[in-house]
Amino acid sequence: MSVEINVTGEVVTAYLSGEIDHHNAKEMRESIDNAIELNMPTLLVLDFKNVSFMDSSGIGLVMGRYRNLAKSGAELHITGAEAGIGKMLKLAGIEKLAKLEGR
Amino acid sequence: MQVNNKFTMTVLSRSANESFARACVSAFAAQLDPTLDEISDIKTAVSEAVTNCIVHAYKNKIGNIYITAELLEPNIIRIKIRDRGCGIENIEKAMEPLFTTAGGERAGLGFAVMQSFMDAVSVKSAPQKGTTVTMSKKISRRFKLNA
Repeated sequence: MSVEINVTGEVVTAYLSGEIDHHNAKEMRESIDNAIELNMPTLLVLDFKNVSFMDSSGIGLVMGRYRNLAKSGAELHITGAEAGIGKMLKLAGIEKLAKLEGR
Repeated sequence: MQVNNKFTMTVLSRSANESFARACVSAFAAQLDPTLDEISDIKTAVSEAVTNCIVHAYKNKIGNIYITAELLEPNIIRIKIRDRGCGIENIEKAMEPLFTTAGGERAGLGFAVMQSFMDAVSVKSAPQKGTTVTMSKKISRRFKLNA
């Protein structure tokens, strides 16, 4: 499984793992969107600690979830992004959409 | 520039080949003794170019993606990724960050990533004929030769 979901109160945490590219982003998106729909969180945390590779498909994933959450005014946090993934998030200006926390 | 080594491969535009293609090119690049960051940059740039072929060039069909990588003096890798797909009408527009024709789940950052992670990127395209992306990167040697 490439996404593990944890729900605590109004917080949904999605632990992503492996490689995020166009090929496998769709399944990840669907798992996260299901969890959002089911739990209506006020905060979604995307955890990248176990992601070994990510191209711009991962940015699409983050931006798409941000848009979904914005409908209900929920917040998005990103944790655990190591150097390579941090570089990609920075290039995309994700810090303007989501709070970035170190690993 | 002298070509010291070269490999070519052809894969179908199936999304499962995104990870295969970037793994092949990065394994070949390992001959230049790159750092982990440099390998990660190359993998990412290849992944973007191959994904463009799959998502855009061969939008509703399956076609060939032709990949060539060359090792040049002094310690440079040059990668060409070519398709015979729909081509790009307006290359300048396509290369603008955040521009995408693919809808909400694509970030529109493919070319921006290639330009940021590689030293040089050039794009040649003709509508209905296809697109060639050529990108190169100088690799710093982790260990000096003749040491």
